[in-house]
Amino acid sequence: MATTTAPPEPAAPADIPPPSLRQRLLSGSTLGPLAALIIACAFFSLRTDRFLTGGNFSLIIQQVMVVGTLAIGQTLIILTAGIDLSNGAIMALSSIVMTRLAVHSGVPPLLALLIGLAVATAFGLANGLLVTRVPLPPFIVTLGMLNIAFALTHIYSQEQTVTGVPSLLTALGNTFTLGDTDITYGSIVTIGLFLLFAYLLGQTAWGRHVYAVGNNPEAARLTGIPTNRVLVGVYATAGLVYGIAALLSVARTGVGDPQAGQTDNLDSITAVVLGGTSLFGGRGTVLGTLIGALIVGVIRNGLQLIGVASIYQTLITGILVILAVTIDQVSRRRSR
Amino acid sequence: MTPAHAQPVMEARGLVKRYGQVTALDGADFELLPGEVLAVIGDNGAGKSTLIKALTGAIVPDSGEIKLDGQVVHFRTPIDARRHGIETVYQDLAVAPALDIASNLFLGREQRRSGVLGTVFRMLDKPAMRRRAAQQMAELKIGLRSLTQAVENLSGGQRQGVAVARAAAWAEHMVIMDEPTAALGVKESGQVLDLIRRIRDRGLPVVLISHNMPHVFEVADRIHVQRLGRRVAVVKPDEHSMSEVVAVMTGALTIDASDQAVVVDQEAATAAGVRPTGKE
Ligand SMILES: Nc1ncnc2c1ncn2[C@@H]1O[C@H](COP(=O)(O)OP(=O)(O)O)[C@@H](O)[C@H]1O
Ligand SMILES: [Mg+2]
Repeated sequence: MATTTAPPEPAAPADIPPPSLRQRLLSGSTLGPLAALIIACAFFSLRTDRFLTGGNFSLIIQQVMVVGTLAIGQTLIILTAGIDLSNGAIMALSSIVMTRLAVHSGVPPLLALLIGLAVATAFGLANGLLVTRVPLPPFIVTLGMLNIAFALTHIYSQEQTVTGVPSLLTALGNTFTLGDTDITYGSIVTIGLFLLFAYLLGQTAWGRHVYAVGNNPEAARLTGIPTNRVLVGVYATAGLVYGIAALLSVARTGVGDPQAGQTDNLDSITAVVLGGTSLFGGRGTVLGTLIGALIVGVIRNGLQLIGVASIYQTLITGILVILAVTIDQVSRRRSR
Repeated sequence: MTPAHAQPVMEARGLVKRYGQVTALDGADFELLPGEVLAVIGDNGAGKSTLIKALTGAIVPDSGEIKLDGQVVHFRTPIDARRHGIETVYQDLAVAPALDIASNLFLGREQRRSGVLGTVFRMLDKPAMRRRAAQQMAELKIGLRSLTQAVENLSGGQRQGVAVARAAAWAEHMVIMDEPTAALGVKESGQVLDLIRRIRDRGLPVVLISHNMPHVFEVADRIHVQRLGRRVAVVKPDEHSMSEVVAVMTGALTIDASDQAVVVDQEAATAAGVRPTGKE
């Protein structure tokens, strides 16, 4: 049975089998989402030879880059059994702040960028403080913050798209060539962020505490984890990540767009859920979220390539979301 | 084994805790001696859990004094008590079910790698934690195939084992367990009682809150009987019968200064199955 060399077994009988493949598939691991992604890729590869090319994959990553980055922050928050409806609006506000300061107020681009990141972080921090100190349910706090950030974006931008953005703020839209594929620096930043947070969640005490707070907050508190500090940290960190998403969004479109990100809150939740993270908190991975974002991107791109109307992409995404949440529910009930 | 007048590991005098109109603790005393298993019994609402919470910093009593090794202490949070080497196994276990066994054992006290990996990259030392966890589980003879199992995949007794092992691993002073066998079957309860004895044999005193008289009589060195917010008696299981102790718990008997059971309410005492002793 045992394939690894384990430490000496205790004398008492061992009567728990290791988790079966089926249990693992059902327990929020990334295997299920990965299988779905591979099946989608295989399907589109068979239908059109324009799908499986380096250029097309680079395009898919660019298309999911902004939502994917927002979904990193969303994953952190959902792991703590929260939800963030405000991330798209915070991103839009941050992108308007950085571009307007640079273009209309003569602020040096680097400073404008830092202020934009700080604004996003501050909104995340405010979410975290309201969730822990008042305390209020994350759904309500971030619903309020969605409206506040949305309104501020439109007030501050005067409904104007900011053009003539300095090159520093669009630099991540530039590309380099690998083989014969053009890759944007923004794609690299996004992938880098996913890897960074995979490390932080999987290999550090902070990550353990995030899972514990989401899984059983009372147990976390009793074992001495500063649960409120962990939560505030998660929301503020998510805010900073939304600021980076704002920079990516500016880089991708070349402008500061007050209309940006309006459905990104729900799209980021979709990516998180498709990636196998439980909405009940405490289970899931950020690499799962990357896979979830890619599933949405691959389906959208693939259906476009084979000429299916875009409304079917939405239909399929909806079905997949319900399927993913069903799997989560069923696995929770089984593990009770 | 314990000298009669050994300094108590923990001692409390006159603890009072009110919740609005309800007086949960009404001047309760408490005393835990080195190396003993002390059972705390009492009816529902007698104030057992409140007493334990006061001793472990989960609540702050309105008045009264708590001494640890003869020194007055003021615990404000469970973390304060833990810093003093007091570990509690809560009734609902306080584990994170989705995390694995080793992670639960080290929850809140994770170990980092040595060198830059630990200091700069804050990397967990998973192999070391797993090794330590395996050693701990082996010492307590808790049989588990793999420490990378999520706790939710374990049986009730094994989960209890994880919670007890965590307490035993970190306790330097004492271990407190609130109803550790309440949710378990016969065989699993027996395993937990064995665990309690093994912890005591390592030299750590154990406080066991329980409803289950046979379990109490099986492992306890002394029994603290709590009634209406006070300690009404401390008895030795080999000096009094189970039905006498139950009668003390319900107020039908009291224990006098010379350790004799005195009937207060004959009807209730008879109902509790105490045979007339002639001494009234
Ligand atoms: N947080 C609380 N708020 C109000 N009343 C409480 C609280 N905790 C305990 N009590 C009351 O204090 C009394 C003692 O409770 P408790 O210590 O839980 O007893 P036991 O554990 O012996 O059953 C009960 O009457 C209970 O209702
Ligand atoms: Mg109780």
